[in-house]
Amino acid sequence: MTVESTAASKPRRSSKRTSAVKTPARTSAKTPAKTPQSSEPELVQLLTPEGERVEHPDYEIDLTAEELRGLYRDMVLTRRFDAEATALQRQGELGLWASLLGQEAAQIGSGRALRDDDYVFPTYREHGVAWCRGVDPTNLLGMFRGVNHGGWDPNSNNFHLYTIVIGSQTLHATGYAMGVAKDGADSAVIAYFGDGASSQGDVAESFTFSAVYNAPVVFFCQNNQWAISEPTEKQTRVPLYQRAQGFGFPGVRVDGNDVLACLAVTRSALERARRGEGPTLVEAFTYRMGAHTTSDDPTKYRADEERASWEAKDPILRLRTYLEKQGSADEAFFTALDEESETLGKRVREAVRAMPDPDPMAIFDHAYADGNPLVDEERAQFAAYQASFADSDSAEEGK
Amino acid sequence: MAMEKMSIAKALNESLRKALDTDPKVLIMGEDVGKLGGVFRITDGLQKDFGEDRVIDTPLAESGIVGTAIGLALRGYRPIVEIQFDGFVFPAYDQIVTQLAKMHARALGKIKLPVVVRIPYGGGIGAVEHHSESPEALFAHVAGLKVVSPSNASDAYWMMQQAVQSDDPIIFFEPKRRYWDKGEVETDSIPGPLHRAAVARTGSDLTLVAYGPMVKVCLEAAAAAQEEGKSIEVLDLRSMSPIDFDAIQTSVEKTRRLVVVHEAPVFYGSGAEIAARITERCFYHLEAPVLRVGGYHVPYPPARLEDEYLPGLDRVLDAVDRSLAY
Ligand SMILES: Cc1ncc(C[n+]2csc(CCOP(=O)(O)OP(=O)(O)O)c2C)c(N)n1
Repeated sequence: MTVESTAASKPRRSSKRTSAVKTPARTSAKTPAKTPQSSEPELVQLLTPEGERVEHPDYEIDLTAEELRGLYRDMVLTRRFDAEATALQRQGELGLWASLLGQEAAQIGSGRALRDDDYVFPTYREHGVAWCRGVDPTNLLGMFRGVNHGGWDPNSNNFHLYTIVIGSQTLHATGYAMGVAKDGADSAVIAYFGDGASSQGDVAESFTFSAVYNAPVVFFCQNNQWAISEPTEKQTRVPLYQRAQGFGFPGVRVDGNDVLACLAVTRSALERARRGEGPTLVEAFTYRMGAHTTSDDPTKYRADEERASWEAKDPILRLRTYLEKQGSADEAFFTALDEESETLGKRVREAVRAMPDPDPMAIFDHAYADGNPLVDEERAQFAAYQASFADSDSAEEGK
Repeated sequence: MAMEKMSIAKALNESLRKALDTDPKVLIMGEDVGKLGGVFRITDGLQKDFGEDRVIDTPLAESGIVGTAIGLALRGYRPIVEIQFDGFVFPAYDQIVTQLAKMHARALGKIKLPVVVRIPYGGGIGAVEHHSESPEALFAHVAGLKVVSPSNASDAYWMMQQAVQSDDPIIFFEPKRRYWDKGEVETDSIPGPLHRAAVARTGSDLTLVAYGPMVKVCLEAAAAAQEEGKSIEVLDLRSMSPIDFDAIQTSVEKTRRLVVVHEAPVFYGSGAEIAARITERCFYHLEAPVLRVGGYHVPYPPARLEDEYLPGLDRVLDAVDRSLAY
């Protein structure tokens, strides 16, 4: 536990945190000796990799067996969906896929901390958060299949479109949060981004704006250790969560493979935002188990042993161990979930294969909201051109 | 040395290697350019051989990459920076346009900014958004920058050499869908100037002007037109700023017809500049208005529609027919 992590839930103590940046993150001096301790002292952790429940003085959480099973189910189904998408890419059904393998706890924990009226600004890998928002997973695939640039209405689930230009969305989230505050609403906004994206000017600017305007936004950085081939050390020389300090708001590092800790820390940061106390940076310390995307070859830049060491921290396995030890889930639950996973996989597979190529005329459809005579002219030319192939199918489409 | 057959990607790699080897002030900077050798492997093996001080993996910050390259150039280095994809140059656009392009003039010529900004650009690889765009006109419009694009391996090799040696900032657009196309590279021959257009195919009925990825399409169109008895000249522009208008004029005075082809949207595109200038220069030679073939005024479409969007053989031939019909 660190001074900063304490600050996340007790913002009024922020004036005492001045030395934190210089001092490396410290261990559990404040943790009462009686309670079981986290095996990762620098991180907020509530569930160890061995599936032991531990306490943290600032982040209490008390979940029912049903809620715990719910988190487990979310993670398992998200992983299944992700595996299916990866397979579909291999089969040529998708042009590209950015797998979230290994990051399920960070996404489900933070995603389940959200209220319906909160708003999410994701990057391109937040499939688990989308799941929590109730976005149909098949909607996420259109962009990767190349049939659209998004494929869902952001306002129907308060889940914004994926953003590929890294870091851009942190400013949108901040502006949206400024709007929320202006409206006097008590909802919060969350922006996802990676450790690599943290180097972008946009991210620094969003920190500045959110701090200055006290915007109700949570910055959720999934530090999965890599930005394609570049390790986090190529982005920063201080732990990322400590960046917040210099902007005047709290930062906290959470075990990103611990779904309970991610839930508790995000919930606390969201509540802080709702109370009008401004932004928080959450750094979820996690690991990208697979390649950056299906186009990437991680063997060029990272050692197999590294991945193996993180396998021992698998977010799903540790919750399963805990559920079993506690007797919160029986064999029937796991079996039913396996079946549900298979059904989901099948549904996704079928939906993707059935996804039609768009009508070529769709190119012109939404370039402008108010229309544009130049686009109209080009649309007409294009239609005439398509129609000129009298004996081909495109002649029909052109009309 | 002699003639070697290699891909455009390999030619660029060899050229960068030679630049690093020849001049200790040359640096390569960018995202993933080190161990990974870039996402297209253009810098493959260079960090291994020249070290992390010369081939530098940068933080993920394009404004930072170009901005620090400017500082390094002010200090006497010759940075070659890689922008990973066309759509990601915009965070650096401010540094390129407001600083890189203008500093030489502001210092009354007392400082030089030999920075090369390499950008893999254009469509045709089935990518997600921001990975397929052709923003060359946005750079060509800015005084102080030179904007070039090779279309074949030999030009890739030599134009990179010339770009590195240039004391002006160069925006070096690499036609990413042609990276794997192979061609002969004569590593000894001394090439013509960087801004000089090249006649890629001679003909007498009409001139097609293209650059980068569209040169190949135009050559194919010319070959197809040949079968119908039409003799098409293809000019590879090579440089979009400056433009070798003399070469275009010479060709148009011979063929009397001009079609400009590029992937970027036609509206306000480089074809507009060429059409206007050539109309001024060759008004009495032209038998038809200068026609343009290019992208539409819409966002670059999702991958499954890019074949409809990108000018292909048929659209070029269609324009050829329309021009010849005047
Ligand atoms: C402005 C910009 N530059 C470069 C890229 C290419 N790119 C896509 S993802 C990526 C790495 C991002 O790493 P990180 O932010 O750590 O997130 P992760 O993918 O690891 O989740 C890069 C360089 C981009 N999308 N946008």
